[in-house]
Amino acid sequence: MKCTRCKAPAEVQLRQHNSNFCRACFLFFFQRQVERAIEKERMIAPGEAVLVAVSGGKDSLALWDVLVGLGYTTTGLHLSLGIGEYSDASTEKTVAFAAARNLPLITVPLAEQGLAVNDVAQLTRRPACSACGTMKRHYFDQLAVDRGFPVVATGHNLDDEAARLLGNVLHWQMPHLARQRPVLQPTHERFVRKVKPLFRITEYEAAVYAFMRGIDYVVDECPNAVGATQLVYKDMLNRLEAASPGSKLTFVQDFLARAQPALASAPESPPNTCTGCGMPAFGELCGFCRLVRETETKRERRAAGGR
Amino acid sequence: MRITILPTRKQVEIVGRRRAADVLRELGFLPGTAMVIRGDVLVPENSMLEADDDIEVRSVISGGAPQREAAR
Repeated sequence: MKCTRCKAPAEVQLRQHNSNFCRACFLFFFQRQVERAIEKERMIAPGEAVLVAVSGGKDSLALWDVLVGLGYTTTGLHLSLGIGEYSDASTEKTVAFAAARNLPLITVPLAEQGLAVNDVAQLTRRPACSACGTMKRHYFDQLAVDRGFPVVATGHNLDDEAARLLGNVLHWQMPHLARQRPVLQPTHERFVRKVKPLFRITEYEAAVYAFMRGIDYVVDECPNAVGATQLVYKDMLNRLEAASPGSKLTFVQDFLARAQPALASAPESPPNTCTGCGMPAFGELCGFCRLVRETETKRERRAAGGR
Repeated sequence: MRITILPTRKQVEIVGRRRAADVLRELGFLPGTAMVIRGDVLVPENSMLEADDDIEVRSVISGGAPQREAAR
């Protein structure tokens, strides 16, 4: 099998693009895909410093690597989530990635603030992924605003976006569909722009990029993800993709081109300001402050001998 | 061939040469959900794996984000 671009022996086959690539041409293709997404969606303005949310997984480290390769000024933001050995390994890989490339990295150890994801989930009896997401969104915005970053880039890929779209459509989550975009503009002075430069890149392509670039990422899956609904949706979409290559890309691209603009035109009510932390909130307190207060209350009750 | 599957670290032996796509199917992977790695190179799904190869099959699927907003 030969590379579609240069006719050298191919190392990877991308059925959704009807293409095969050697290593050099795949890396070129990947970088161009990300570059085009950033330009077309106006994700990052020239000269803007980008805060890159990095977990230690393939997607976020591949994103950080490609943004650096494209010449962007980047700083990594890593939340050490407190999910046992998985988090320890994730932090270790992220720190090593940044150190090897001399890139600035901000690390936030949640356990030191009494907010280890597993403890919070256990105390509040919320799903771990829900607690984790609430904390991530809070810290991404808060640290970006406090440190003067106008934009946060996350490693969400095409598979993530297609699975999320399927979930939102299955439940007709209209407000969520209205906000499912590769670029989210801030609606409050303490929100920043959120961008997803990998939204047209499959998980497979991100993993191949990380492998070819020699990125040492966490291969293990988050233990809290076992049985997650998102994985069921991804499996369904991958079955569809196997029968009809390109389905995932078409699903997401056509949603963004045809349906999303109509949904997004409905007026959004702007958020209030949280009385606890000053960040955006859709009630008196933001989701993060409610979670922290609930955790503290349950922790105090438990310490006092209650449940 | 000897196969190590990641992230489970499960070890599997398959007798004879096979197409990479067939090995993935035998192991229960859908196309495009795992990389087939021989040494330090990837093996395309329609290429052959030899009977004496040492292979790593690495899943690429991750997930578990809340439905409201996938936050990774």
